[in-house]
Amino acid sequence: MAKSKTQEYPVIWLQGATCTGCSVSVLNSVSPTIKNVLVDEVVPGKHVNLRYQATVMAAAGDMAIHALEDTWRKFKGGYVLVVEGAIPTRANGAYGSIGERNGVPVPVAERVEKLGRDALAVIALGTCAAYGGIAAAAPNPAKCVGVSELFQTKGITTPLVNIPGCPPHPDWFVGTVASVLILGLPKPSDLDEFGRPKAFYGKLVHENCQRRAYYDEKKFAKHLSDEGCLYELGCKGPVNHADCPVRLWNHGVNWCVGCGGLCIGCTSPGFPDLVSPMYEKTPDVSLPNIGAK
Amino acid sequence: MGHITIDPITRIEGHLKVEAQVENGVVKDAKSSGTMFRGIELILQGRDPRDAQRITQRICGVCPTSHSIAATLNLDSAFGLADRIPDNGRVLRNLILGAAHLADHILQFYHLVALDYVDVAAVAKYDGNNSALNSVKAFIERGELAPFVPRYEGDYRLPQALNIELAGHYVQALTVRRKGQEMLSIFGGKMPHNMAVVPGGVTEVPTIDKIASFLWRLNEIKDFIDNVYLPDVVTVAKHYGDYFEIGRGCGNLLSFGNYELDGKNPDYAKRERLLKQGTVSADLKLGTLDSNKIAEYVKSSWYDDSTNGLKPAKGETKPKEDKAGAYSWVKAPRYDGKVYEVGPLARIMASYLAGQPAVKLLVDPALNAFNAKPGVMFSVLGRILARVLSAKVIADSMAGWLLQLKPGEPVYQPYEIPEESTGMGLVDAARGALGHWVEVKNKRISRYQCVVPSTWNMSPRDDKGQPGPLEQALIGTKVKDEANPFELVRIVRSFDPCLACAIHLVTPKGRSLGQFRVC
Repeated sequence: MAKSKTQEYPVIWLQGATCTGCSVSVLNSVSPTIKNVLVDEVVPGKHVNLRYQATVMAAAGDMAIHALEDTWRKFKGGYVLVVEGAIPTRANGAYGSIGERNGVPVPVAERVEKLGRDALAVIALGTCAAYGGIAAAAPNPAKCVGVSELFQTKGITTPLVNIPGCPPHPDWFVGTVASVLILGLPKPSDLDEFGRPKAFYGKLVHENCQRRAYYDEKKFAKHLSDEGCLYELGCKGPVNHADCPVRLWNHGVNWCVGCGGLCIGCTSPGFPDLVSPMYEKTPDVSLPNIGAK
Repeated sequence: MGHITIDPITRIEGHLKVEAQVENGVVKDAKSSGTMFRGIELILQGRDPRDAQRITQRICGVCPTSHSIAATLNLDSAFGLADRIPDNGRVLRNLILGAAHLADHILQFYHLVALDYVDVAAVAKYDGNNSALNSVKAFIERGELAPFVPRYEGDYRLPQALNIELAGHYVQALTVRRKGQEMLSIFGGKMPHNMAVVPGGVTEVPTIDKIASFLWRLNEIKDFIDNVYLPDVVTVAKHYGDYFEIGRGCGNLLSFGNYELDGKNPDYAKRERLLKQGTVSADLKLGTLDSNKIAEYVKSSWYDDSTNGLKPAKGETKPKEDKAGAYSWVKAPRYDGKVYEVGPLARIMASYLAGQPAVKLLVDPALNAFNAKPGVMFSVLGRILARVLSAKVIADSMAGWLLQLKPGEPVYQPYEIPEESTGMGLVDAARGALGHWVEVKNKRISRYQCVVPSTWNMSPRDDKGQPGPLEQALIGTKVKDEANPFELVRIVRSFDPCLACAIHLVTPKGRSLGQFRVC
């Protein structure tokens, strides 16, 4: 009985030039847990059918690649593609491949292009998949690009949501998936100019920072581990959009600024180059309602 | 002669391909190939050295914490801070690293390895009140079994009841490993990629509430290791006992050791550690580590031959994706010209042979339980056993470290970045020996090199033609069914490969990043 009532949502999760940190972060999801996401109806009547995810799946080799290609054939226009990691494009994609076809490695770029074209929607998970990220940092040895750049080059118009972060918070990913299952694909007005859901990336870290009062009082930490605002030590909270200070990380135990570290701007397009050097003060920024001058 | 290609190897970190030539059911030749390249060390060149602390963590999201410790030891030594880290800072680093390794070892056994030995489909026949198992049963009844099926079939040996019990532990372990990451974040800020470990110490100041919060997560994880993880490894070992004979490998082990118990000796090599540094030979002789004997070879790797045989401190790599005869992005590090395996097996055996009491007290009874000699540790099950024992030694030690923390006392030593300097940081990551080397010029990184565990273990042939440790472990293996080569993936996964770590490079000389600061 239950079999006929549950709607299955096929998902393919590809890993390109990645450190796998995005996968590990999603494993840290608390409500729902990762077990809820994989096994249970994550939204009543709807089950995420994760058909290809190299970090968790039982199959390997040809068997795994068959599961991947079979999903594409059976569910054209009906599966969600999650891309983790950037896409290497130097030397026709020789710097990164996933599986083989007739004994020849298949470049990540070719997989993302083919699977992306026929997907219902694409989630670019993490800053590398969204904008190139660490993998595309200068001098970009493997000529990595994010999904949106690849899609532009190839003329692919499949709906795309960027969930940047190095890594992204599990809630940002799971929340986006739940939103698609409950409300359908996001409207353009739900996303900001960089393709990020405004629900998670609508505010600057600085706006809700627990150390904000120190900034307003001009009490700046001189050294790491000191009390005070970390702005002069290089904190990128005033230029980086994410809800970390109110959402907190790892079951709400802490976050980057909470531990006396900095915000290094990891959800920004251009991370890491545009926010480097990380431990040098950001040039003074003038933003509405930010900072007592 | 059969040819088996497994690409991709799943349930590992990163992109790995394994090829095996099979003759009369036995592997005659094997090749392991890394199939992804990013070039993190090239990216590091020209940057502020402090940023290496953050960027090298992004080499690997599974073991970023170990990279943060290697980077910090490296930068401490380059900045002249090696013997000036406040004790609070050293202890916090140990706690942060320990939390990472506990979560990592649990993940590796249950979520990466166990599906090779435990038949999750047995839960279809479960009859009881465990809600987790009933939800897995409901999942199976819905008929869409991805990602747990398809899989290699033909050698699931546990009785029904044990399959069901261990499948339940798979689900339970998802929560336990998550709590390990939460525990880490109490002092580390967040996971993956902590923000608290920095040259000079850490940024997080310990408080009593954080110590208590850490302690009770630790107690829960320790309880799981003692009462679930260790017994489950024994269960698997009892039913798959032939894997004490399979996947022997190269026979040489190398450990950098970890968990520094003394932070004041400026010579890292002489420091006291919980798990010991050293080399172990096939006849179980312990040797003293000499980091000058490490060099990397590239004959079978897609890098220019002009960079062959360099020591890491002077390492230099030029990618050459069309090089004839090469088959991997992984380089081939060798110690004294010989092939060495790294990992929990190496640090447990080095500690055992050094007479470390905490380790001897665990290894001897474990071997007695199987009526086995220490030599059986060179095997698939030996590696799995060493990993759980490594987790247990760490978990047993961490409560004591927590009580050494002194709330209100310094955790960090301020410093100036020198104009010119060099550094080295060696630590055993969860997967084995991890080294970072840096050269600073004009307060910028002029050279950065990492030699990581999976570069050792997954290395291709070197210029003498010696196959890497994984390749040697595969050669000679009997394959029952070429369509379901479960023997091969069990061997591969016993090494806990991490390919994002393994593939990296240093910059060709004279390249500069130029102006990248925009903000």
